[in-house]
Amino acid sequence: MSGRHPYLRIEFVSKNFGDFQALKSISLDIYPGEFVCFLGPSGCGKTTLLRAIAGLDIQTSGRILQAGGDISGLPPSQRDFGIVFQSYALFPNLTVAANVGYGLAGGKMPRADIDKRVSELLAMVGLSGQELKYPAQLSGGQQQRVALARALAMSPGLLLLDEPLSALDARVRQHLRAELKQLQRRINVTTIMVTHDQEEALAIADRIVVMNEGRIEQVGTPIEIYRQPAAAFVADFVGQMNFLTVDIEAPGLIRLGQAVLEAPDANLAAGHGVTLCIRPEDIQVRGIADGKGNTLLTKIEHMEFLGSFCRAELRLACGRALHADFSINAMRDLGLVPGQELQVALPPERIRLFPGEEKAARHG
Amino acid sequence: MADIALAGTATAPRIKAKVSGEEWGARAALLVLGAYLVITLALPLYTLLTKSVQDKNGQFIGLANFARYFDDPAMLQSLGNTVYVSILGTVITITLAFIYAYALTRTCLRGRGLFRAIALIPLLAPSLLPGLALIYLFGNQGILKFVLLGHEVYGPIGIVIGEVFFAFPHALMILITALAVADARLYEAAESLRAKPARIFFTVTLPGCRYGLVSAALVVFTLIFTDFGVPKVIGGSYNVLATDVYRQVIGQFNFQMGAVVGLILLLPAVLSFAVDRMVQRKQVALLSARAVPLQPKPRQTIDRLFLVLVALVAGFLLLVLGMAVFGSLAKLWPYNLSLTLKWYDFSRVGTDGWGPYFNSLRLAACVALIGTTIIFSGAYLIEKSRGATRLRMVLHFLAMIPLAVPGIVLGLSYIFFFNAPDNPLNFIYGTMAVLVVNTVCHFYTVSHLTAVTALKQVDAEFEAVGASLKVPFYRTFWRVTVPICLPAVLDIAVYLFINAMTTVSAVIFLYSAETKLMSINAINTDDAGNTATACAMGIVIVATSAIVKGLQVLVVGGLERRTQAWRKR
Ligand SMILES: Nc1ncnc2c1ncn2[C@@H]1O[C@H](COP(=O)(O)OP(=O)(O)OP(=O)(O)O)[C@@H](O)[C@H]1O
Ligand SMILES: [Mg+2]
Repeated sequence: MSGRHPYLRIEFVSKNFGDFQALKSISLDIYPGEFVCFLGPSGCGKTTLLRAIAGLDIQTSGRILQAGGDISGLPPSQRDFGIVFQSYALFPNLTVAANVGYGLAGGKMPRADIDKRVSELLAMVGLSGQELKYPAQLSGGQQQRVALARALAMSPGLLLLDEPLSALDARVRQHLRAELKQLQRRINVTTIMVTHDQEEALAIADRIVVMNEGRIEQVGTPIEIYRQPAAAFVADFVGQMNFLTVDIEAPGLIRLGQAVLEAPDANLAAGHGVTLCIRPEDIQVRGIADGKGNTLLTKIEHMEFLGSFCRAELRLACGRALHADFSINAMRDLGLVPGQELQVALPPERIRLFPGEEKAARHG
Repeated sequence: MADIALAGTATAPRIKAKVSGEEWGARAALLVLGAYLVITLALPLYTLLTKSVQDKNGQFIGLANFARYFDDPAMLQSLGNTVYVSILGTVITITLAFIYAYALTRTCLRGRGLFRAIALIPLLAPSLLPGLALIYLFGNQGILKFVLLGHEVYGPIGIVIGEVFFAFPHALMILITALAVADARLYEAAESLRAKPARIFFTVTLPGCRYGLVSAALVVFTLIFTDFGVPKVIGGSYNVLATDVYRQVIGQFNFQMGAVVGLILLLPAVLSFAVDRMVQRKQVALLSARAVPLQPKPRQTIDRLFLVLVALVAGFLLLVLGMAVFGSLAKLWPYNLSLTLKWYDFSRVGTDGWGPYFNSLRLAACVALIGTTIIFSGAYLIEKSRGATRLRMVLHFLAMIPLAVPGIVLGLSYIFFFNAPDNPLNFIYGTMAVLVVNTVCHFYTVSHLTAVTALKQVDAEFEAVGASLKVPFYRTFWRVTVPICLPAVLDIAVYLFINAMTTVSAVIFLYSAETKLMSINAINTDDAGNTATACAMGIVIVATSAIVKGLQVLVVGGLERRTQAWRKR
């Protein structure tokens, strides 16, 4: 990636609303044709950052460069982007065709060319033949596609999407999400999508920008974000995670109650309370030699059947709880039942350590 | 990166938003609107203020005029009179309007639409009309004179009855809104606790709409306190502040004293305006809870009782209107009651004939057209433009002021300002233009608020979408915002039209021989003793307003049918 020039460059962007700082010196590069998701809890500043990029609410300080030019203070009308809002903001009194062709109609383009372009766009989003309907006569998913077609009508260099799928029900959402990704691949437009749904971000993004309280916590591919969360906040926000406060015994060794385990060397001072993270699906039950390879003796408290797998709550010797996911196969083979004692392993390469005790670490 | 990171943190330079050409255009338009409001509102009011602290030669004399005012027992008498009729009128109006509103919203009343329409009749009439009707009913030759047990209708009795008629729909609209937003869950809870209906009324219903009651009471009090039409016609020798101003200025050319009384008239208006805003702020918080709308259940006795009460009130309103109609048609009240149209031949009572009627139509049309354009596009710019935050706040504040300024005070301010020989705008004094500008200003706030309410319901991102598609905001305004808001735009236009037809208080200071209006002509005609003709003129105004209102209903109906494909129900 670093060989290429970024299409969009955000440098130390801060945004204040009175005394409140909604964005705190954000820096980020986005490359041509990338699909980037801004992911974070409600109120973390995703929309604020998107609106700064669009020029709808100019940042207080910091620069934004697009295609090599400084667009920091430019009004939206002088920037190059298409946008889809959560509400879609379709013009209710205009037909689908007039909505999609809204930006084309003002210029020099002849009528026939506009009509042609509008049909192309509608075909692209799978809405051919709906030209003469009004937005109120369409379903939510169809409205969303009209908004998308309208945003793409002027062939913008940058497509901005603020929670475009959140108003739809789950099934339509999954379907449209795949379509959106395909379409983006096809026309290769650099895209930023805001979402607070981590599953959506993991499924659709080339890279995810995890935000928290006006800061970027981590930028990375979905796999990096999932496998190597850079902070406990990210580990907590994306996917399921066990959090345990442990002590550092020596570099590469940690103490959990009576047990001493191998862990990656996280450059943390010995003795301090630190937080261990491990995903439930990374906890192993098969192929464990007694007393070797980071094993712990636990007792199964109860088990929850979740379709393709089962989530067990395990009780450690020190009294703390640990969640582990077992495949249905493993359950059958090992004959796992609640109340039973069970030896599990925490593979060192799957363990991540973060400074601070559990509570402090999780909330960043 | 590390070195840049440090540079970027501490004192990064503020980014200045660059303003595009069209945004400069919007700001220029905002400035023009600001200049317009300053010239037609702020400066005239300021002139009124300065006049009150000057002597006849324009020398500053501090509060001497006010001292003289409070030394004059006659003046204090009319201040007392005004407070007295305002309180009495407010109590009666609010009681009746509350019963009426309760019946419309909380009982299974039959003929709701009809009763609602009847209640709005007073809005179509100039305020002298109830005065005239009361003279026919209770005057020296009135058919119901015996009801007053020997008391004179000319004076406080007539004023209060007339003001109740005049103020009733204003109170009713506020109370309907307040009672309509009840939370059914509270009533269910109260009923499940087996509370008696009376107890429910006092513990749930009344507290639930107390802000509406306060609001309505303030509005009604201010209306009555400052009204000119009713006391002018039926007040007799019972003086109130509004007629005092008129006498001081038109009768005695005592502009300074007129200004002092004008300022006193402003006081309760400003005060109630402030209280109302405070109360409304509280109410917003109160309503934010998720409420379940209340469906009235049939309750036979109560429903019947309210039907009778509502019918009585509606009957009173119809009686007043009907009496005015009959008075304008009777050959020689009360001796010869055969019908005639001769009172509608206005040339009998002066040289003007129907001229003032066409002046009124011209004024109303201009006010509706120009006023709606200025107010709606102004509200759009204030609500929807980017940047210039402070300017927009100031403009919104300016737009709210007219609500607190009684017509008679506004009219007076206009004389002081536009009639000053050194004012370069002096040339519009005595023309139709000054009447138009004055009337637009007089009714600015309600229209502005209607526009703002409608605009707030339009998706806030339309402008952003337009900008991202490189479409200038004025095109989005014209192609999207205006069509969506068309019902509200029509509402504003009709409101302005009807008020321009019926208004008296402000324009009575400003008309000239060429721009005499029908409503003013009616007052002058009544002054000259031609009550029947004055009545006929009032009826012509009511009929015109009713026709315009009816047209609006038709147009909106047609519009809804044509646009139902996209308008959400
Ligand atoms: N105009 C504003 N004035 C004051 N504060 C604001 C304004 N807009 C946003 N904020 C604050 O800035 C913070 C970030 O808001 P933002 O809308 O960017 O959040 P978000 O990440 O998009 O959240 P959500 O997922 O709920 O949409 C919030 O705390 C919000 O209250
Ligand atoms: Mg948001």
